[in-house]
Amino acid sequence: MRYFLRRLGHATLLLFGVSVLTFLFSALAPGSYFDEMQLNPQISRESVAALRAEYQLDRPLPVRYARWVNSLLHGEMGFSFAYNAPVATLLWARAKNTLLLTVIATLLAWAIALPLGIWSAASARRWPDRAVSGLTAALLILPDLVLALGLLILAVRSGWFPTGGMVSLGFEKLSLLQKFRDVAAHMALPVAALVLSSLPVLVRHVRSAIAEVLGAPFLRAAEGHGIPRRRLLYRYALRAAANPLISLFGFSVGALLSGSLVVEVVMSWPGMGPLLLEAILARDVYVVIGGVLLSTFFLVGGNFLADLLLYWADPRIRAEATSR
Amino acid sequence: MKPLLEVQSLHVAYRPAAGGECPALADVSFEVRAGETLGVLGESGSGKSTLAVALLRLLPANGRVSGGAVQFEGQDLLKTGRRELEKIRGGRIGLMFQDPSMALHPAIRAGQQVSGVIGAHHSMDRAALRKKTLEVLARLFPKDAERIADSYPHQLSGGQRQRVLLAQATACDPALLIADEPTASLDASTQQEILGLFGTLKAHIGLALIFITHKPEVLAQIADRVLVLYAGRVAEVGPAASVLSAPRHPYTKALLQCAPSQAGAQLAFRKSKLPVIAGEPPNLMRLLHGCRFEPRCAERMDVCNASEPAQIVAGEGHAVSCFKYGGGS
Amino acid sequence: MSAKAENQPLLRVENIEKRYVRGSLQGSQGEVAALCGVSFSVSPRTTLAIVGESGSGKSTLALCIACLEPPSSGKIWFERRDITSLEERELRMIRPQIQLVFQDPANSLNPRWSVLEIVSEPFILQRRCDRRERQERALALLERVGIPGEKAHQRPDEFSGGQRQRIAIARALALDPKLLILDEALSALDCSVQAQIINLLLELQSSLALTYLLITHDVAVAGHLADQIAVLNGGRLVEIGEAGTVLRAPKHAVTQQLMAAATGSKTSPGVALEV
Repeated sequence: MRYFLRRLGHATLLLFGVSVLTFLFSALAPGSYFDEMQLNPQISRESVAALRAEYQLDRPLPVRYARWVNSLLHGEMGFSFAYNAPVATLLWARAKNTLLLTVIATLLAWAIALPLGIWSAASARRWPDRAVSGLTAALLILPDLVLALGLLILAVRSGWFPTGGMVSLGFEKLSLLQKFRDVAAHMALPVAALVLSSLPVLVRHVRSAIAEVLGAPFLRAAEGHGIPRRRLLYRYALRAAANPLISLFGFSVGALLSGSLVVEVVMSWPGMGPLLLEAILARDVYVVIGGVLLSTFFLVGGNFLADLLLYWADPRIRAEATSR
Repeated sequence: MKPLLEVQSLHVAYRPAAGGECPALADVSFEVRAGETLGVLGESGSGKSTLAVALLRLLPANGRVSGGAVQFEGQDLLKTGRRELEKIRGGRIGLMFQDPSMALHPAIRAGQQVSGVIGAHHSMDRAALRKKTLEVLARLFPKDAERIADSYPHQLSGGQRQRVLLAQATACDPALLIADEPTASLDASTQQEILGLFGTLKAHIGLALIFITHKPEVLAQIADRVLVLYAGRVAEVGPAASVLSAPRHPYTKALLQCAPSQAGAQLAFRKSKLPVIAGEPPNLMRLLHGCRFEPRCAERMDVCNASEPAQIVAGEGHAVSCFKYGGGS
Repeated sequence: MSAKAENQPLLRVENIEKRYVRGSLQGSQGEVAALCGVSFSVSPRTTLAIVGESGSGKSTLALCIACLEPPSSGKIWFERRDITSLEERELRMIRPQIQLVFQDPANSLNPRWSVLEIVSEPFILQRRCDRRERQERALALLERVGIPGEKAHQRPDEFSGGQRQRIAIARALALDPKLLILDEALSALDCSVQAQIINLLLELQSSLALTYLLITHDVAVAGHLADQIAVLNGGRLVEIGEAGTVLRAPKHAVTQQLMAAATGSKTSPGVALEV
């Protein structure tokens, strides 16, 4: 129990720190939302100043921070200038879509990486291992952006997949099954982009973790007891290699989140990515802060989940934790 | 009566990373009868651990069997298919590896590790599996089988882990058990317990045992017959009483003399120099012709340099590979 | 006068206790007594063997005497100085005189260094001599333990187990210690190799006037090397006496059990010794 409370405490401190930093950075960035308006000759200086006062942008930084925290506690997370709405509702609508993409991409990436890595490690130095190595190396050098653009071009040229967005026109009129298929079709390319970009790192780590365990005495002993090959690899080897892989899982959640920003923008997926990009360009300060914080929250959540899994999977960590 | 296991002229070689070939076992032949305990006496570099794994084809990637046959229950283990071999391993022949702290999976409970072995050879439902697991563990842990079953390896002592290994190896009532240094890391009384357990299992299920060790005094307690390995070859093989108290091969003689014994200590041989075998075991990568023990032998003759001695019978069921007993031309 | 000096014990241990704190599932703290009221003394140029089963506290005792772990209470006198009460600075003067040899040479020798570097390391730490002299002294030590000079530039993994243990002994001798603590140093060795190392230790003891504290669970080895045998059980010293007496006529039940366990054989191996 204390193990988790400590982890939770760390996480909260981290989020707090991130919020302060983001606030500071956005305040330090030159310009504000109203700069564009100032360029417009039709709006008077006074109106701009009045707007600024209304949104309290002329107050000192700590005061603004305090007011923002207050708003956070009320479930609003500040106010968006561009959309004229509380940030929280805005973010949440978009966050759902990002989560959909990222969760499915994570699960799919691991579902492919595990068997591929295990197969590669079990056939070390023979042709399957070399083939997988080559493939992952190729994917590794490809930048995410190029990958996403490439897939988009594929969609445009072949017409097999919808080119952007999340739903087709007339979505509301479709039946449940058709809605499902529609979203799935739209999701295919963004998910493919995310999976392909994260696969190399995952496969390599799985391969090396399993390869290390394969030489261990307990595995040879199990082989000596007649445990069939498949069980040996999945039940015994994988469990022993679980530690580094679970930590990697926590890390991969964060990596996918940041990767999803680029993919969403390129593929016009209505997630947090495009929103954040717009907000940064327009200096919509509270949206930026809110978006960064939410991403951090998911990142920390992923790592926390990894900690939980680690505790469950490795009895030695349990013993260590309770003996403190 | 036909022997349970018959090893014929086994040759095993390793290919070390630096290149070349290392003949770890050469022309090893012996047999084990049902219910009998064969002690294999050998030091580091004798090839004893290689023998243990070679019989079940568990050599590491850089090792291979380069000749010979292993006849067991009507088939040559070196030629059986993978599926058949998996059934024999753990099912008909059990294997106990050397180091109990490393031979058990660190993140799976002891009971589940034993169940895993049983489940791999018999299909049963979960309740039956659990029942059988507890039965197997109760043979070795008469008092707290349940507690042991639910424990993780790091919660068990060295002796307990060794017993779990033994449980795994004998879970399916095999006909033969190969134990590689099962008492090496244990202190004297735990060692006695484990030896006692071997005896119990022998009585219970008629287990034949190949007991590999470098300590002659342990074999004196448990072996029916003893095989002495030196530099990958069989130096001597015969009934335990005969090999251990009236050894024929010069290596065996020298080896048995250099163990400090309690009897010797009581007779005030204390603090006197022990008779040792001069030199080191040969480098198997750079073998010269002739008997492998010849450079260190106190009884060497000219012919020993020229060729490898063949096995000669030198007593009732007792064979030696030494020119002293014949075979020189 | 000199006779009186000879009678002074080199090492005297008085009522040593060592307690470890151990946490448990409920978060409560328990204490484990690894050593409890252990007292004995060792005369110079003799060997005391400490025998006992795993968990009897033998290794903890070795660590306390080697000043690697402070005892929870009790005193240790080395050459009439109370080393349990010394400051680290003063202790540094004493450490070279008490050296340890461990059970597993594979773990106690740095695998990346050559054997020559390993044995010269103590000289570097003591900052006594220049490089050439260090090498010479290291080579001499290696020769002493039977490792020829040509092999001095090889790494530990190119040597056998017995040879590695010799190298560990050479390193322990580098600083001219008076007391050598052998913590199961012979337990991992093959029979014939063990005999060679026993002979080496006997020869070194007489030529270098060494005192040995031999920690082992092997009664036969203890019997062969030791002048005195002490038996530990559950952290307590249950019996101590002259080696031959303890082996022939053990008084305490635990000692009797140990002796019985060690000679469980039906047929005693070995060629009959000629008396």
